[in-house]
Amino acid sequence: MPANEFNGFTDYGIGIGLRVPHYRHILAEKPLVDWFEIISENFMVEGGRPLEVLDQILEQYRVVQHGVAMYFGSADRLNREHLKRLKRLVKKTKTPWLSDHLCWGSVDGRYTHDLLPMPYTFAAAKVTADRIRQARDYLEVPICVENVSSYAEYHASEMTEWEFLSEVVEAADCGILMDVNNIYVSSENHGFDPYEYLNNIPHHRVGQIHIAGHSKFEKYTLDTHDHPVLDPVWKMYAHLLKKTGPTATLLEWDDSIPSFEEVHREALKANLFHKAKTPAASSGATR
Amino acid sequence: MKSLEAKPQHNNVRSRSELKAFQQKMLEMLYRPLSPDWKSRKKTDEGISVVKIAEGLIKPNDRLTSFERLEIYNRCYWFRVLDSLYDDFPGLLALLGNRKFLKLITAYLIRYPSESFTLRNLGSRLESFLCEEPEYASPLQEIALDMVRFEWAQIIAFDEIAREPISPKDIQKRDPEKLRIGLQPYLALLELNHAVDRYLIAVKNQEFDGLRKEASNTSNAAPEGKNHRRRLSLPKRERVWLAVHRYDNMLYYKRLEPAAFTLLKELGKGTPLEMACGKAIKRDGSAKQKGVLKADAFQEKLQGWFAEWSSLRWLTLPSPKK
Repeated sequence: MPANEFNGFTDYGIGIGLRVPHYRHILAEKPLVDWFEIISENFMVEGGRPLEVLDQILEQYRVVQHGVAMYFGSADRLNREHLKRLKRLVKKTKTPWLSDHLCWGSVDGRYTHDLLPMPYTFAAAKVTADRIRQARDYLEVPICVENVSSYAEYHASEMTEWEFLSEVVEAADCGILMDVNNIYVSSENHGFDPYEYLNNIPHHRVGQIHIAGHSKFEKYTLDTHDHPVLDPVWKMYAHLLKKTGPTATLLEWDDSIPSFEEVHREALKANLFHKAKTPAASSGATR
Repeated sequence: MKSLEAKPQHNNVRSRSELKAFQQKMLEMLYRPLSPDWKSRKKTDEGISVVKIAEGLIKPNDRLTSFERLEIYNRCYWFRVLDSLYDDFPGLLALLGNRKFLKLITAYLIRYPSESFTLRNLGSRLESFLCEEPEYASPLQEIALDMVRFEWAQIIAFDEIAREPISPKDIQKRDPEKLRIGLQPYLALLELNHAVDRYLIAVKNQEFDGLRKEASNTSNAAPEGKNHRRRLSLPKRERVWLAVHRYDNMLYYKRLEPAAFTLLKELGKGTPLEMACGKAIKRDGSAKQKGVLKADAFQEKLQGWFAEWSSLRWLTLPSPKK
């Protein structure tokens, strides 16, 4: 690690999400950024400004695609039109791996545009793993699935979330995009130990990590991506790196977005943890 | 494998079909409109307790009931889709006011929920819905319809595919009797009954950057209508022929003369150039003075139009279908 088959044997460092308010700054100033994560759906269009911006970004930077609408956990068949468009974009960006969420969000062709938690059952894991395999085979790019933050647990569940995640990624033979903030948010909402989660996933499958900020309300914690990363999340991040070795990491900031410099500065804090000695790093990791 | 506490025997998910049934049930719950104070309603239209349904699906915790946990998702769904339509239809919002706009788009989304992976297409059937249910915009239904068509055209113009434009040279070489010219797929031609273009300029200013922002975060805030500082005068009733397009990836709209509009419409339909020009000339006021057809005047105009449309890259080779 960090280079593994799930991130296309790449050695990416700290990236940030490409967001509209920063376009002008990035294109004009060309700041030094290791890589940008793009939301695939924002660029799955036929023409116009989004693709023009993307072309300019691709001339200068490495880009990794992150999706929000594949809904691997939906019971429907995969949406062919969606996959076709996604593949076109994959060819354009040459993303070394592609990520989307371990969730559902549509049924019978109707969409919620939300990342809804799965019922953690063996049957659901099988359906999800099958869909991930099909998508990967069609897209011809490694896939990492991301754990979502959640606000509800279902009676139908037969296992914990981390058991479900492990079941799916083993069955699909795919990677994990480990969102540390999402684990924290869900642990606050469901009362589990986030370190139990971190300790009990197949670490060799982690191809990428997400960090972000969240908001605490009176009765629940929400994954708002509108703050700097909070201390408990940094601690979890450090803990995870000890298990995985230095891993491509991305800061998500989607609401109340501050200046590019501020977001970048926040993301680069992750370097402090990468530079710390980790078992993988000290045993000859490529970074 | 760690075993969790005993679960109720209903709502099991032990097969693909049970997963589908589970997701259908959840979707039905999420699609339920919120109350005016942005809360989940406790009964379905048939009087069934949503509290009971939630209890069958979702576990409570020490802070929230099953219903309250479901409510988080119910609110998130509505906040996300409403936000998207607030962004896409600022003119309609200004026209109808926040309350009426909200009522309209809520009813619209109940009848036409999203069938696309992208929020970009969420408003694609709003025009049809307004034709079916004009009372949601009453007494401004005609203006509202013009505005919806105009604002949807901008969404198309923003990111629809661009084809290779043809040059004036390409036109000169070909026989006008047979020559067919296509239009850019992103170019929309609208025949409107109100000056909604001028109205929207007054409404928008810099509000609309037009770039879609799908993301994976969760918002807890209800959508807010933009506060327009002063009440704008309603769009003037007038016949407007409008082209909505983009140039260098910036969005524009341009008023056209009726004859120019006719010509473009005909070309877009695949009518050969000469026949299209014939239809346009009949529409042209300046070509007929005292009953005499002034072909020279029209010819001059035509050259000007084609020069302009070429420079705007509107003209293409016809699509293979035509």
